Amino acid sequence: MNALLLSALMGVVMMFSGIVLKSKAAIRNIAIAGMLALLLVNILEMNGTVFLVIDSKGMIGFDRFALLFNSIIFFSTFLYLTLSARDMEKVGVNYAEYLALIFFILCGIALVSSFRSLIILFLGIEIISIPLYILTGSDKLNLKSNEASLKYFLLGSFSTGLMLMGIALIYGAKGTFYTSGINMVNGAISPLLIAGMLLLMFSMAFKVSVAPFHFWTPDVYDGAPTVFTSFMATIVKAGVFIAFIRLFDEGFASQQPKWKLIIAILTAATLLIGNITAVFQQSVKRMLAYSSIAQAGFMLLSVYAMSPDSKEGLILYAAAYCMATIGIFAVLIKMSDYTFDGFNGFAKQQPLLAAVTTIFLLSLAGIPLTAGFMAKFYMIKAAMYNSGLLWLPILALVMAAVSVSYYFRVIQAMYFRESSTPSTLTVTPAFRYTLVALAALVVLLGIFPNLLLAWLYF
Amino acid sequence: MIPVLLITIPLLAGLATFFIRDEKAARSWALLASLLTLGCAVAGITFLKGAANLEAHAQWLPALGAQFSVKLDGMGQLLCLLTAVSYPVIFLGTWKATYANAKNFFALMLLAQAGLMGVFLSMDALLFYFFWELALIPMYFLCSTWGGDKRIRVSFKFFIYTFLGSVLMLIGILYVYGMTKDQSFSINSFYNAGLSNAQQNKLFWLFFIAFAIKMPIFPFHTWQPDTYEQAPTATTMVLSGVMVKMGVFAVIRWLLPVLPLASYAWGDVVTTLAITGMIYASLIAIRQDDLKRLVAYSSIAHIGLMCAAIFSETESGMQGVMIQMFNHGINIIGLWLVVEMIERQFGTRKISELGGLAQKAPAMAILLVIVALANIALPLTNAFPGEFLMFNGIFSSTVTQYYLWFTVLGGLSIIFGAVYTLNMIRKVFYGESNALTAGAQDIRWNEQLALGVIVILILWLGVCPQTLLNTVQETAHSILNKADVLPYIRKH
Repeated sequence: MNALLLSALMGVVMMFSGIVLKSKAAIRNIAIAGMLALLLVNILEMNGTVFLVIDSKGMIGFDRFALLFNSIIFFSTFLYLTLSARDMEKVGVNYAEYLALIFFILCGIALVSSFRSLIILFLGIEIISIPLYILTGSDKLNLKSNEASLKYFLLGSFSTGLMLMGIALIYGAKGTFYTSGINMVNGAISPLLIAGMLLLMFSMAFKVSVAPFHFWTPDVYDGAPTVFTSFMATIVKAGVFIAFIRLFDEGFASQQPKWKLIIAILTAATLLIGNITAVFQQSVKRMLAYSSIAQAGFMLLSVYAMSPDSKEGLILYAAAYCMATIGIFAVLIKMSDYTFDGFNGFAKQQPLLAAVTTIFLLSLAGIPLTAGFMAKFYMIKAAMYNSGLLWLPILALVMAAVSVSYYFRVIQAMYFRESSTPSTLTVTPAFRYTLVALAALVVLLGIFPNLLLAWLYF
Repeated sequence: MIPVLLITIPLLAGLATFFIRDEKAARSWALLASLLTLGCAVAGITFLKGAANLEAHAQWLPALGAQFSVKLDGMGQLLCLLTAVSYPVIFLGTWKATYANAKNFFALMLLAQAGLMGVFLSMDALLFYFFWELALIPMYFLCSTWGGDKRIRVSFKFFIYTFLGSVLMLIGILYVYGMTKDQSFSINSFYNAGLSNAQQNKLFWLFFIAFAIKMPIFPFHTWQPDTYEQAPTATTMVLSGVMVKMGVFAVIRWLLPVLPLASYAWGDVVTTLAITGMIYASLIAIRQDDLKRLVAYSSIAHIGLMCAAIFSETESGMQGVMIQMFNHGINIIGLWLVVEMIERQFGTRKISELGGLAQKAPAMAILLVIVALANIALPLTNAFPGEFLMFNGIFSSTVTQYYLWFTVLGGLSIIFGAVYTLNMIRKVFYGESNALTAGAQDIRWNEQLALGVIVILILWLGVCPQTLLNTVQETAHSILNKADVLPYIRKH
C-alpha cells in the first residue's frame, strides 16, 4: 500500500518538477531519490510498517509474494534510472514527463501485483499500458518511433477490449469480480466462464508477448527509443507476469485441467518462435526483442507449473532477467551501431564493460554461476514435478541451448573479432561501477539464490 | 581440506592472474600455482591420506537439498593427480610460446583447472553440474581467442555440442533428484534412488549423450578433431589429456551406479558404438596427413576402448579404465608436446612435408619414440597394463554375449594404432631430410624437462603399475557392486 501511494505521488511530483526546475540533473536526482524512497517504503511494508491503511474492500491485498516482487521491480527501476536516466535526455525535451510516466507505470505494476478483483487488474493493466504508448512514441521526429507507437496503441487497445470482454463474461457466469469468488466451484461450469477465462488468457498473453500474440513486440521494441525499450522489455514485462500468475493461481486454480494444456502449447510456441527467430537477427536490439519473447516463454513455465516452486522460480527469474537485460541495454544505448558488427573489438576498447556484458549474456543464456541459471533451474524443476509432461522441460532446455547461439554472437564479436573503427564511447566512472556491482550481484545470486528467496518467507 | 585446496588454489590464482600485467610474471605465477596444486594433490595421496583430510562438506542450498560436498576417493585421487601433473608439464613444455594478452590466457587456463578438479571431486549432483560447466566456459574462451584461423566457428561448434549435452544431463539430474527419497542431490541419495527399469531406460540416454559428447564416442565425436586442430596447443593438451576424462569419469561415477539396469540393458549398444568409433577413427587416422588430426583421431580410438571396457562391468576392465585414464592423459600430452615443437620449428604439421628429423634432433626423436610406443601400448610402457586389463575385462565380461566380437574388433584397432603411429614416426623422423628439415634444431631445456617428466612416468608406471592399481582397487570394487544387476534379476 505504501508503494502504491508513493509511486502515484511521485508521478505527480515529477510532472510538476519539469515546470519548476530548469536543471535536468536536479530532475534526475529527484527521480532517483524518489525511486530509493519507493524501494525503502516497500521494504518497510515487508517488515510490517504501513503508513496509511486504506480500506479497499478486499480488492487489493499486499501479500509477501507481491511485496517481494515489487521490491525487485523497484530495485530494477532504481538500477535502470542510475544507469540510463542520463540517456533519456537525448530522446526529447520532455524529460520530467518521461520520468513521471515511469512512476505511473510503477503504480500500475503495484496494482496488478496485488489485485484481488478483476476491476483492479483491468485498472492496473491500463495504467501500465497508456504511459507505454506515449513512451514508445516519445521520439516524435522519428518515423519508426511513431509507427511503433501507433501499432502498439492499436493492437494494445484491441487486447484491452478482449480483456474487458473476458471480465464481462466471467461476471456473467459468476456474478463477482473477486478472484476468490471466481475460483469457487458451485455446480456445473458455465461455458461463459471458460470463454471469459480464455479471453483473459489471450489478452494477458498479448501483454507479455507470448506467441502467437507476439507480433507487435519486435517492431515496437525496435522502434521505441532504446532507453525505453530497456524499461518495457524488463520491468514492465516482469510486472505483467505477476498479474498473469496471480490471476491463474487465485482466479482459475480450480479450472486447471481446462487451461493447463493451452498454456503448455503457448509456452512451447513462444520458446520455439522466440529462440529460432532470434538466431536470424542482424541487430542486437532486435535480437534482444526476440530474446525477450524467448525469455517470456521460460517465465510462462511458472504459470504452467503453478506451485510454490514456480512462484519462487518467477521471483528469481524476474530478478535475473531484469538485471541482466537492463545491464545489456545500458551498454547498448551507449553504442553508435546496433548491429552485431558494432560490437567488434569491444573487449579491446572497453575491457571492463565487455566483461560485465559477457556476464549478463551468460546469465541470459542460463550458464551456471549466474542468476540466470538458477532461475531456469527453478523453473524447470517446477515444471517437471508438477505435471506429467516431460517434453516441455526438455524442449525448454534445448531452446536454452539454441539461445546460446545468439547470445554468444555478441561475445564472439566483442572478444574474437577486430574492430574497423575506433571507439567513440564515453562512460562515467559511476556508470562503470554500477555495472560492475550489478554483475557481481548476478554472480552472487547464481551461487546463493537463497539470499533473495529467503525474503519470501522471513 | 585437500579437496577444497585443490579447487580453491587454481580458482583464486586464476582470478588473481587477470590483474598481472607483465607477461613473464603471469607465466611464472601460473606455473607456481600449478606446482602448489600438484603439491597438494601429491600430499593427498601420500602422507595426508586420512579420511578427514580427503573430505569436506558444507551447507550450500539447504532448501534444495544441495550441499557443497567434495571427496577424494581412489579414482578421484588419480584424476586429480593427472590434472595436477599435467598443468606444470603443459606450462613448462609451452614456456616459450607467446600469447597476446598472456595474463588472460593463464588466468583462463587456471580457471579451467579449478573446474576440472571440481568435477572429479564433487559428491553432489548439482555441484557436479556447476563444475562441469565451469570447466567448459574458460575452454571456450581459450579456443576462440588464441586458436587457429577457423577458431571462432569451430570452438562455437564445440561449445554448442557440449552445452546441448549438459542441458540434457540437467534434465536427467532433476529427474533422479525428484525420485530420491530425501529430496537431495547427494551422490548417495542418487545411488539409492531406486528407479524402476522403465525410468532408467528413459534416463540413460539423457545422461549418456552428455558424457558421450564429452568423451567423445561415435557418432558424437565430430567436434573433436576440428577443435583439437584449431585450439592453441596448450589448450589442446588440457582438452585431450584431462577434459575428455570428464566423460569417462562421469560414466563410471554417475551413470553406471545410478542407472545399473539401463547400463546393463544398453551396454551392448554402447559398446558397439564405442567399437565402431575405434575402428572408424583408426582408419581415418591412417589416412591423415596432419599431425594434430592424427593424434586427435587416435585419441577417439583410445577413449572408445575405455568406454567399451566400462560397460564390460568387470573388475579387471574397470581398474584398467581407471589407470588408463591417467596413462592416456600423460601419453597424449607428450605427443602434443612433440607436435607443438615440430609445428613451431617448421611452420607445418603436414607429415608429407617432413622427414629425416632424427639425424638433426636425436633427443627429440628418442623421446618421441618412447611416447609413441606408449601410445600403442607396448609392454614396459605405462599404457600396456591398462590396455591389457581392459581387454581382459572385455573378454571375460559376463554381461554381454558378444564379448568375443568386441575383443577381436577392439584388438583390430590396436593393430591399426600401431600402423599409423609407426608410420608417422617413420615419415617424420627417419628417411631423407628435405630442404625444410635440413636446419632442424634439437629441443630446448624446458621441453626436455617436460618430456623428461613424461618419459619417466611412462617407464616407471610401465614397470610397476601396482602403485596405480592399489589406488583404484577399492573404488572399482564399490562401483561394480552398485552396478550389479544380479540382485534385481533374482528378485523379479
